[in-house]
Amino acid sequence: MEKFDVIVVGGGHAGVEAALAAARYGAAVGLVTLKPEAIGVMSCNPAIGGLGKGHLVREIDALDGAMGRAIDQAGIHFKVLNRSKGPAVRGPRAQADRKLYRTAIQRFVHEQPGLTVIAGEAADLVVADGAISGLVLADGRVLACSAIVLTTGTFLGGVIHVGGETREGGRVGEAAANALSIRLRSMGLRVGRLKTGTPPRLDGRTIDWSACEAQLGDDPLEPFSTLTERITNRQIACGITRTSVETHRIIQENLSRSAMYGGNITGRGPRYCPSIEDKITRFADRESHQIFLEPEGLDDDTVYPNGISTSLPADVQDRIVASIAGLERARITQYGYAIEYDFVDPRELSRSLECRSLPGLFLAGQINGTTGYEEAGAQGLVAGLNAARLAGGAPVIEWPRTDSYIGVMIDDLTRWGVSEPYRMFTSRAEFRLLLRADNADQRLTPQGIRFGCVSTERKQAFKKKALALAYYRSALSAISASPDEAIRHGVACNRDGVRRDGMALLALRGVECTDLTGLSATLVDCPPAIAELLKTEAHYAVYLDRQRADIARIEQDRQSLLPEDFDYHAQGGLSGELRTKLASIRPRNLSEAAEIEGMTPSALLLLSMLVRRQSDNGRLAG
Amino acid sequence: MPPETIYALSSASGRAGVAVVRMSGPAVREVTRQLCGGDVPARLACLRAVRDPRSREVLDHAVILFFPAPRSFTGEDVVEFQVHGSIAVVRRLIAALSSFEGCRPASAGEFARRAFLNGRIDLVEVEALGDLLSAETEMQRKLAVEGSRRLRLVASDWRTRLLHLRGICEAHIDFSDESDVSQAIDSDSERDIEALHTEILAALAGLDAGQRVRAGFRVAVLGPPNAGKSTLVNALADRDVSITSPVPGTTRDVVEVHLDLGGFAVIIADTAGIRGEGSDIVEEEGMRRAWRAADAADIVVWVSPVDSDAICPFADCIRVASMADLGVALSQGGVLHVSGTTGYGMKALIEAIRDRCASLSGDRAFGSLVAHERQAQRLRAASEHLSRALAFSDATLDMRAEELRLACGALDMLTGKIGNEDVLDVVFAQFCIGK
Repeated sequence: MEKFDVIVVGGGHAGVEAALAAARYGAAVGLVTLKPEAIGVMSCNPAIGGLGKGHLVREIDALDGAMGRAIDQAGIHFKVLNRSKGPAVRGPRAQADRKLYRTAIQRFVHEQPGLTVIAGEAADLVVADGAISGLVLADGRVLACSAIVLTTGTFLGGVIHVGGETREGGRVGEAAANALSIRLRSMGLRVGRLKTGTPPRLDGRTIDWSACEAQLGDDPLEPFSTLTERITNRQIACGITRTSVETHRIIQENLSRSAMYGGNITGRGPRYCPSIEDKITRFADRESHQIFLEPEGLDDDTVYPNGISTSLPADVQDRIVASIAGLERARITQYGYAIEYDFVDPRELSRSLECRSLPGLFLAGQINGTTGYEEAGAQGLVAGLNAARLAGGAPVIEWPRTDSYIGVMIDDLTRWGVSEPYRMFTSRAEFRLLLRADNADQRLTPQGIRFGCVSTERKQAFKKKALALAYYRSALSAISASPDEAIRHGVACNRDGVRRDGMALLALRGVECTDLTGLSATLVDCPPAIAELLKTEAHYAVYLDRQRADIARIEQDRQSLLPEDFDYHAQGGLSGELRTKLASIRPRNLSEAAEIEGMTPSALLLLSMLVRRQSDNGRLAG
Repeated sequence: MPPETIYALSSASGRAGVAVVRMSGPAVREVTRQLCGGDVPARLACLRAVRDPRSREVLDHAVILFFPAPRSFTGEDVVEFQVHGSIAVVRRLIAALSSFEGCRPASAGEFARRAFLNGRIDLVEVEALGDLLSAETEMQRKLAVEGSRRLRLVASDWRTRLLHLRGICEAHIDFSDESDVSQAIDSDSERDIEALHTEILAALAGLDAGQRVRAGFRVAVLGPPNAGKSTLVNALADRDVSITSPVPGTTRDVVEVHLDLGGFAVIIADTAGIRGEGSDIVEEEGMRRAWRAADAADIVVWVSPVDSDAICPFADCIRVASMADLGVALSQGGVLHVSGTTGYGMKALIEAIRDRCASLSGDRAFGSLVAHERQAQRLRAASEHLSRALAFSDATLDMRAEELRLACGALDMLTGKIGNEDVLDVVFAQFCIGK
């Protein structure tokens, strides 16, 4: 019998980051996948990053994950979104050449010491003394291990819908994993259904690009990874077209034939990624919807029409595509479909992503009700690292929501559960101004080093950057300029008699590091990347104190524990709505209770009084 | 463990026509049955002989009011014994109640606290209740009764609007790459933030008035020495508060008296007379204090004798010619002729003070909306965040969003928390997201 510390089931974005993180920690890792050649496949749109998601990629990179470097090697169209709206909400995004991306990921997997890829289907978990002790494969092999990370994506009980047709499957052309689904349900885990969809894929050679608007990427390009020096791929443009009145008419007339509207699908779909049927029904007043035509590769003619995800029958999809400008003659190479799949209620997990009811079983990715490669990858990294630490006898790691998007996501999932596939948005992060894509490495790499998931190469690169930052920061704080001195050196500021240091001057609108070289000669050599980072730090400095105070208050409320068995339904003072929410969410402390939507200070005070009364009574009785 | 049953004399202590003893908790039914010799009907006044539970001696004949849970003030079983207001009767009744197992005297505010714990009243109402109980004037009563209810209505409207504003702002951040969002024009948002800001400021302006209504308007009476200020204040108070004598400079310090003038609580400060220079240090100090009292006052009453040529140093004040009993009452523009001794003109003076109080309490829509400093602090913070939000443009939309979020946080106290998911709900309802 083969023995591993950690077994990862699934070779998608969660599985890969999990296996790599566990192996970086030093664990012996087995990556079990149905098709090893499909490791790192992008099964939905060929892009990485975006708003909120770009932050996650930077955080994965900061913890030495593969996603950032892989997209840098595979990207063919880079664009930083929200460039004009403030550094905290900028989201790097890139479209990938699918083949290059898969190749890059597979190279990481094969070059990682301590990681073995095993072709096979996971069939059952082996449990001994109430904890994971191994995995049974469908061919009868048994792999011994201390921890398992399940990253089965949409393969658990997956059902694919195209119009009225349905068939079992985890992805087009691949079988679903039903044995595991049955096993998880039998463990008493709460399992729900979600749905998602994809658009039809087009043959780019049959598109009339001259009828579409062209969208160019950024120049210069901003890489995702701090280890990437520059992007070497040839860059391409994307096309933009729109649905027509005719498109909407065709969809209206055929709504009853849509899998979703025909009533075949029970799971809930994402509101931020609706099917074209959904858009036209819910927003009937809009005359047209935008479609991005995204080429899937440099030497691949497939085009992903982003914006027309659908589960209508094939003949209707043909007519829809033909009704769109530039696509009149476009040939569909693969029809769009909706997929329904099982997910495990993430409230079954602790913040280390371990199942509360089965020690050693970790879940990551779509199985937890999330959507997106980036969300999956980030969870994979956390689950993989924790699985390895558990196997090695070290304490597991929980990231708080106050210092990373990873923490925000895991906190949201394990606390509130999901009602639609969970996607990251920047608005989910209360401390958004602190949690920027540009400081992910500053926030997380030191932690990654401490937790044991960062390689020597990144450690050294990080130290170099940290030293440079500290050097130029101290040069800035050494400046002490009166308003007159500042103005003499070309820095416009109020003549208020206040002496300012370099950070305070940098905080002024329009002032850059290069404007301060007259006040500090050291700054002449400051690399542009470091200068930009320092400018951003200064820009948000006024919010730092307030956010730190908020964090301290949250910490204090976190010390006020709420009893796990507290009977909220017996509390007359709480509104029915809050009682129900409290009973299902079961906040562990006042800080978590305070976060519940609709919570009032009145109710919060009441809660703290009730709990105090109960614990007083408990003491009297005891 | 069930809560204990509490009781207290709810009316003022001492001799009175009627005394009310209130009891709340699980033992109420049993205690009432034993004292009254049987069940009493719910929510119906009935007359019963109240007997000592051991000796069966009749303590008094009382009106009994029984409110079964949960429809009672505290949300528990409540009974009220309305007995004759004799100290001896009340003492015996309290002694009888204390003899029951699980019954104890209520601590201060405990009935209200239980009402709060059982969800019968919320925090704003607890505060309003405190105000109502201590209300001494008609306007204070109105403020307590109407203020909290109106505040909640207005705040809930603010909440909806702020939530919407945040939704729009967040949509422009998180979904800026969506055509449906980028087409939406954002100038409406700025106008709406502005409007919300203005309303909160108006409510805050009303706060000042609200606090005045609660705490009393400050009226300073100033004038030259021996102008009859103290006589006037005494006439207003209808009792001797300041020692009055014909010797100039009798009032060396500021003497304050709390009055109900036509429904408004006022605090009248009688001050030392003002003249070129004092004869000693004490008088000098008295004059300094008089000026300070004038600075702190909402209303200044300038008093000088009818025959005086002293010039009034205040541009905006009520001018009174005193000692109208001594000389001929000459009608001069805007000057009230009053005699504290005979009472001549006092009615007109009270009217004049009352009118000023009424105009200071301001616009009725907001005049009495906010009365508590705690509420005011939150509103002030919210208005500051909104005004800062306006200062940020598209290029710093993340900062605007942060200020809007902080404004929401400030209003949480009045409205209940707005969560991230609430904001996303607005976004998805408003825009067609998903390119």
